[in-house]
Amino acid sequence: MKNNNKFRLDVWGFITLAAIALYLLFLIYPMAYLMKQSVVDSETGAITMANFAKFLSKSYYFDTLFNSFKVSIAATLLSLAIGTPLAYLFSVFKIKGKSILNILIIVASMSAPFIGAYSWILLLGRSGVVTKILKNIGITIPPIYGFAGIVLVMTLQLFPLVFLYAKGALKNIDNSLIEASENLGCSGFRCFMRVVVPLIMPTLLAAGLLVFMRSFADFGTPMLIGEGYRTFPVVLYTEFINEVSGNDGFAAAIAVIAIAVTTVVFLAQKYVSNKKSFSLNALHPMEEKNPRKGISWIVHLFSYLIVGVAVIPQCYVIYTSFKKTEGKIFTSGYSLDSYITAFGKLGKSIQNTIIIPVLALIVIVILAVVIAYLVVRRRNALTNAVDILSMIPYIVPGTVLGIALLNGFNKKPLLISGTMLIMVIALIIRRLPYTIRSSVAILQQIPMSIEEAAISLGASKMKAFFRITVPMMSAGILAGAILSWVTMISELSTAIILYTGKTKTLTVAVYTEVVRGNYGTAAALSTILTFLTVVSLLVFNRFNKGKDLSL
Amino acid sequence: MSKISIRNAVKKYGENTVIPQLNAEIKDGELFTLLGPSGCGKTTLLRMIAGFNSIEGGDILFNNTRINDMDPSKRNIGMVFQNYAIFPNLSVRDNVAFGLKNRKVGKEALKAETDKYLNLMQIMQYANRMPNQLSGGQQQRIALARALVIIPDVLLMDEPLSNLDAKLRLEMRSVIRHTQKDVGITTVYVTHDQEEAMAISDTIAVMKDGVIQHVGTPREIYQRPENVFVATFIGRTNIIEAKVEAGKIVFKDGYQVEVDALRNTEKQEVLCSIRPEEFVICKDSEAGIRGTVKEFTYLGLNTHYSIELEDGDNVEIVEESSIQEDLQPGQKVMLQVKKEKINVFNKQGDTNLVRSGLYEEQ
Repeated sequence: MKNNNKFRLDVWGFITLAAIALYLLFLIYPMAYLMKQSVVDSETGAITMANFAKFLSKSYYFDTLFNSFKVSIAATLLSLAIGTPLAYLFSVFKIKGKSILNILIIVASMSAPFIGAYSWILLLGRSGVVTKILKNIGITIPPIYGFAGIVLVMTLQLFPLVFLYAKGALKNIDNSLIEASENLGCSGFRCFMRVVVPLIMPTLLAAGLLVFMRSFADFGTPMLIGEGYRTFPVVLYTEFINEVSGNDGFAAAIAVIAIAVTTVVFLAQKYVSNKKSFSLNALHPMEEKNPRKGISWIVHLFSYLIVGVAVIPQCYVIYTSFKKTEGKIFTSGYSLDSYITAFGKLGKSIQNTIIIPVLALIVIVILAVVIAYLVVRRRNALTNAVDILSMIPYIVPGTVLGIALLNGFNKKPLLISGTMLIMVIALIIRRLPYTIRSSVAILQQIPMSIEEAAISLGASKMKAFFRITVPMMSAGILAGAILSWVTMISELSTAIILYTGKTKTLTVAVYTEVVRGNYGTAAALSTILTFLTVVSLLVFNRFNKGKDLSL
Repeated sequence: MSKISIRNAVKKYGENTVIPQLNAEIKDGELFTLLGPSGCGKTTLLRMIAGFNSIEGGDILFNNTRINDMDPSKRNIGMVFQNYAIFPNLSVRDNVAFGLKNRKVGKEALKAETDKYLNLMQIMQYANRMPNQLSGGQQQRIALARALVIIPDVLLMDEPLSNLDAKLRLEMRSVIRHTQKDVGITTVYVTHDQEEAMAISDTIAVMKDGVIQHVGTPREIYQRPENVFVATFIGRTNIIEAKVEAGKIVFKDGYQVEVDALRNTEKQEVLCSIRPEEFVICKDSEAGIRGTVKEFTYLGLNTHYSIELEDGDNVEIVEESSIQEDLQPGQKVMLQVKKEKINVFNKQGDTNLVRSGLYEEQ
């Protein structure tokens, strides 16, 4: 057989080149354009560092970098501190109502973060429900706005990621490892800290990176609940809006700095996790046991409390969506007015929320399967390039990508800004790395010998791939696709840059309604969004049949 | 059915040569085993025959057709993988029928052939199940049926028994052996387990570092190994330094044994390979290598002795257990050898002097 790893211009070679071309056009070109904007003075055309100097010299801008770091690190650590023990408890103990808790955790993580932010404002804000009740009985709580609020919302939003990752990793720990540690006199909490956590450390590092990236790039939460506490994406967004009205280059410079920061964090994480990588494989995974009488109630209390707090915002939003409104103010009594307004005014956005992600999803699944195949089975310099290119969006914050696409494609011959196409492309680029990663992981678990068996039985390579490998991957791919879909329908930070009246999505609609103070309509819309999410997850569960989900 | 000729085959990974210039002839219908320690290149060679590894030099021929550049799917090979590589998304029947479908066999013939091999491998009752509901041994049977149903020219098996437990391994060993003989298919079998190789093979090729050390029947390989590596790798043996002089082996403490095959051998230092059962322990004899019993292990049928020679070397000896318990640690004994069985190698250990002598006589 010819060497599989050498580049040849066959079908797969052609696909490799096509993938590279697409990435060059839709990712590298706009990013390069953005970088050019950041260093070229638009009036004189001269190269200038003024934009960077402006950012770095004025603490008004520069401090946002620190703020973002503080917020992201705090959210990451807290998410790890909550998500990991919870995953452990879920793996070793039988907990009543666990399956419902599982779904609630996922629902909590899948909602758009800013919905959490605005719901917490309604609960704990200056005139929030809880704040008022507590005030009446003489307790004043610290303000929810600023650092604490952002961290609270982000943590509750993102700890489920850690939870899901850790739960997956815990499945791979062989029970005998735990038994061995108990046999050597290390059990309970000590065993958790000294055996379990180190074993799942590679996964925790990966989850930590994901949480950091998400919180660093999150735009909606600090925008709504941050008030004076301005983070990086907020400055980026506001400067970009300014930029449209004439101020040039500066937003681009901020975007470039944002990418630089995320790149450094990404590489640092890779460096650390490469040093700590090892693989686990459990013949006998840990079994769920009934907790001992004494600790049973603690286990249940902890689990229910955390999940409860995580879903409060969702529940409260759903509740308010059925409240009667007068103009912008909630009044007593219940009605469906908010829904009527929502469907009447913004029915189009519901449509968009279905169409845009569906289009993106089809492309993503096809590309992900094909690229995963290239990366795993056809390693060469060019497929490596595809692999690396496909990972770039992982470190590009959504807002930055939105700006890059908008700037890159707003004049002929590449005029697609304002169309639905650019929204679809943005979603594809943003979501593809995750789907590729999961497809790669699935494909790596399928031993090459299965394909070889098919080939030795007379199937061509293409046939072996499509008849044997793809069907074997399909369950995993489908599950991944549904998760991608759920993340895409709640996407805000890119859409907020790219949308026009015609391509407004639900999340954008919720955001704009919240900003305008139409809380009733916003609540109705986000309830619809939650409903879509829950239905999607139920479909996911059907296909995934009790297996773990990975993001 | 085919014979396989491997001529000057070379395998390189980059600059690293894994197999330098390997030659072998595998006869039509025989079960040919590649045996060697892990990393010796046996699986690499098998995958070169299968077409999953590229060939950097030389030729591989089925009958007289060169297959070096033939696509694996065109070689008409049946392959059984170490992990069986059963398609988990297809039922047992569809797994077995997969190769026939690729060959566009008609519907009726497809069913008849599939049934035949499902029955042959005794997995008919699982035909409509999914593979993940079956045990390792049953999956192995599917893998065999799937490989055989296409009537391949050659059957390749890559450590097919290594994932089974000891009892199933014995059972599947005889299943493979019988099936192979019934079907009469040329088979290349890879294993690192010498007992398995002895039990199953017509011919064994012992490999080390990408080089075939010895090709022969199990009996030849055990009784007349070509070099010290083969002698020590197959079965257990004691290697003892000695000299050859005038057709006699002279051991260090003066014990001499006359060996016909060494009649024309020049005077030289040699290494004797004496298997544990090739010693005779004498208590009262005058002649023999002097030794002291260090310990013994009673195993029912046999008793194993560890005996220290005068120069401090230890030898292992196996004797049929006797009714009395008469050899105790510390006892002095004389060791004689069964001279027609032992092997004598030159000092470098790469030539068997007894073997070459025998050949001269023939």
